[in-house]
Amino acid sequence: MTSMGIGLRAALLVGTLALATTAPARAADDGEVKDFLLDNGMEVVVIPDHRAPIVTHMVWYKIGSADEPPGKSGIAHFFEHLMFKATANHAAGEFDRAVSEIGGSNNAFTSYDYTAFHETVPPSALEQMMGFEADRMRNLILTDDVIKTERDVILEERRSRIDSNPQAVLDEEVDATLWQNQPYRIPVIGWMQEMEQLNRPDAKAFYDNYYRPNNAVLVVAGDVEPDAVKAMAERTYGKIARGPDLRPRIRPIEPEQNTRRTVTLTDARVSVPSFSTQWVVPSYHTAKPGEAEALDLLAEILGGGNRSRLYQELVVKQGIASDAAAYFQGTMLDDTNFTVYGTPRGDAKLADVEASVDAEIARIVKNGVSDDELERAKTRYVRSMIFARDKQDDMANMYGSTLTTGGNVKDVQEWPDRIRKVTADEVKAVAARYLVLDRSTSGYLLPQQQAGN
Amino acid sequence: MTMVFGRTTAFHSFERGEGKLHRAVVTLCFALFFLLLPALAARAEMNIQEVKSKKGITAWLVEDHSIPLIAIRFVFDGGSAQDPAGKEGLVNLMTGLFDEGAGDLDSDAFQLKLDDAGAEMSFEASRDGTYGSMRMLSDQKDEAFGLLKLAVNSPRFDQAPIDRIRAQVLSGILANERDPNTVAQQRWLRAIYGEHPYSRSDQGTKDSLATITTDDIKAFHKADFARNGLHVAVVGDIDAATLSGKLDEVFGDLPQNQTLAPVADVTPKLGQQLEVNYNLPQTSLQLAWPGVKRSDPDFFATVLMNQILGGSTFTSRLFSEVREKRGLAYGVSSDLIDNEHSHALLVTTATRSDRAAETLSIVRQVVKDMAENGPTEEELAAIKKYMIGAYAISNLDSSSSIAATLVELQVDDLGIDYMKRRGALINAVTLADVKAAARKLLSVDPAVMVIGPPLVQVAGAHKG
Repeated sequence: MTSMGIGLRAALLVGTLALATTAPARAADDGEVKDFLLDNGMEVVVIPDHRAPIVTHMVWYKIGSADEPPGKSGIAHFFEHLMFKATANHAAGEFDRAVSEIGGSNNAFTSYDYTAFHETVPPSALEQMMGFEADRMRNLILTDDVIKTERDVILEERRSRIDSNPQAVLDEEVDATLWQNQPYRIPVIGWMQEMEQLNRPDAKAFYDNYYRPNNAVLVVAGDVEPDAVKAMAERTYGKIARGPDLRPRIRPIEPEQNTRRTVTLTDARVSVPSFSTQWVVPSYHTAKPGEAEALDLLAEILGGGNRSRLYQELVVKQGIASDAAAYFQGTMLDDTNFTVYGTPRGDAKLADVEASVDAEIARIVKNGVSDDELERAKTRYVRSMIFARDKQDDMANMYGSTLTTGGNVKDVQEWPDRIRKVTADEVKAVAARYLVLDRSTSGYLLPQQQAGN
Repeated sequence: MTMVFGRTTAFHSFERGEGKLHRAVVTLCFALFFLLLPALAARAEMNIQEVKSKKGITAWLVEDHSIPLIAIRFVFDGGSAQDPAGKEGLVNLMTGLFDEGAGDLDSDAFQLKLDDAGAEMSFEASRDGTYGSMRMLSDQKDEAFGLLKLAVNSPRFDQAPIDRIRAQVLSGILANERDPNTVAQQRWLRAIYGEHPYSRSDQGTKDSLATITTDDIKAFHKADFARNGLHVAVVGDIDAATLSGKLDEVFGDLPQNQTLAPVADVTPKLGQQLEVNYNLPQTSLQLAWPGVKRSDPDFFATVLMNQILGGSTFTSRLFSEVREKRGLAYGVSSDLIDNEHSHALLVTTATRSDRAAETLSIVRQVVKDMAENGPTEEELAAIKKYMIGAYAISNLDSSSSIAATLVELQVDDLGIDYMKRRGALINAVTLADVKAAARKLLSVDPAVMVIGPPLVQVAGAHKG
């Protein structure tokens, strides 16, 4: 559940995410968000934005790597790739060419809790996109040849993104240690030896179980009217029969965590050490009211950018770190993680950076946060929503990720109000309750000559 | 965000980031961004106004009052290629210092005011330009523009922030010094650019960073931040009259003329093979052919050719041959690199090491076929449609991206009516033009870099 790359990239990713997962709500004069259900159970969200003749069309499935059968790690992501192959009605590549011919862009992505497919096109092509997307929801043709070649592609993807990057290798094993039972312990891309064995029956079963209208959320953002979207959706997606009811997404949950764990990787390609510490904390879906909002604010005050406590204390005042930050991934179906990390600079020792990060956490646990810090953090979050309205795919991602992790449209829209209500005491309380070192997992990335130190 | 795996990811995003200045890294890959901008036609109704202030500052403005925010982007000619020899990293270091104190405000006070103003400000350098951007809420634009004025005109360059940012940049350099791809990219730049400034690290080295003084930074700021090298674009909730006043406030008191060092044009040295041997699970391949100047009559013929070859993510020839048919790689692409003083066509991919020779052979085969036969009529017709339709979708999807596009149009001197003319320029390209461009560029023996275990020739490597 760590982000890819070294710590700083994680911060950047999280920065966009704070915006992308949590910011909602638009002014009443700028197109109200509408949501409705098709008769076959498919959810639809429309986010009108008439500033440019562009529309972003996304289909989100409530299926991610954490829903995979045991021993089949990587099947959710592998299946995402297979969705671009031939269907009963369209040859392989036809959809891509149709998007390309109108100057559109398209892609797809898979995470722990969802898989999404998207196209950005002129509004006149929206119904055509819906037609293609509805077609591949049920009519994919999977042959052994197609499976074998595409499996080679995902194996290369794993080598590119994980095996070639010491930080990514470490992150993967930190996740497997932080999570003792919950499937977030398994990498989204899958373990190599299981990916190598994924086959056609696995793919077929996965397709039939999960690629159904009653397991999907359609999000359309851009230069469209909700009524027109509804009519188009009924003419395309609406023709697909509802699938069998899906079992509730009840996954193995974490046992009580009672230990402090460390994971260390030394690698010849590393020359500057770094560390991260993670805790299991509730997500927006699993938290008691207000707790996840308090965790979001804690992450911002403790380590969200260059005005945060970690940056100001370690990077600016003490001058021992080149980077230090914190982040919280709130938009998850099950309990999630809260992470702090740091990298020493100059002659500073990694242990001193870690000790100073721990000290800043202890200070919040003991003394809480100031009203001024809290107000500033709240203002930044609320402001981020206005900035988010400038980009229709940010808006679409926000709704899609919330609706596939147990939330609804109202949760997105009321988020700023809930953020505003959080008190300084509540921020202090979540820090004290969750950021306990005796129940944490730390990862250390070390240069080779430091091995054993 | 959670770890997300997609059908593709831009290769460039795999580069590891490590200091707040990482965004300023300039390799061949970075320059790509600028090339992609002159890609395609426009949202027809977008009205670009030319605003000229009393003091003579010109900006392009797109008014849009539907959301209460304003995005401004500007560039001063002259980027990291201006770093004096021995002081590499100077311009990059300077771009990290604009929110570290200006006027009467020290670093802390400036950042607090910026936060109060609800604005986001950033600076970065490419090889050829020094860029600034700000995104602000329109009801706090007075505070935000006031801070931007301070940052542009009177940055303090205090010693403590200089030392801190320098240490962060250095930390990033040290962190990458054993990273195979970073090491290889440095060797690559040296091999193809020789002694030209493009061959040097824009972040500098441990030794060069140590020599940079406050006076050096002040001198470059003075030489670069002048009105005759400035291009500005603004998008959002502001009208022309108000903007005119803000332009004078922010830029009107800058000196008139830049005093930059001349940078020579350089032709990349092709026809060489670089093997950077590491024991890695995957081998990276990088091949360079000649590129095309923005002002060259063959520009669009070359862009169309490149798009068919490997520019289009899912429909290009390279994607089809290397990934779809053979599963040899996750990503494979070709990009036109368009720096002010040098141009290239670059193919990149990464493949399992035991099949690297086969992949290299297939890439060369695909390029050879394009050089000898060019694309088909059908491919050209399809890619023209793509190029024309994609402009708005790729370049105009947010206020910030519109502002960035308008700045590049000014840098390239394409004219305020360019978006209206662009479709006709693309449609005027003939199949013969594209074939000629392909033959001219791709018949040349490329520069090739292999990063990974030594290449093993495998049976069947030349099939297909």
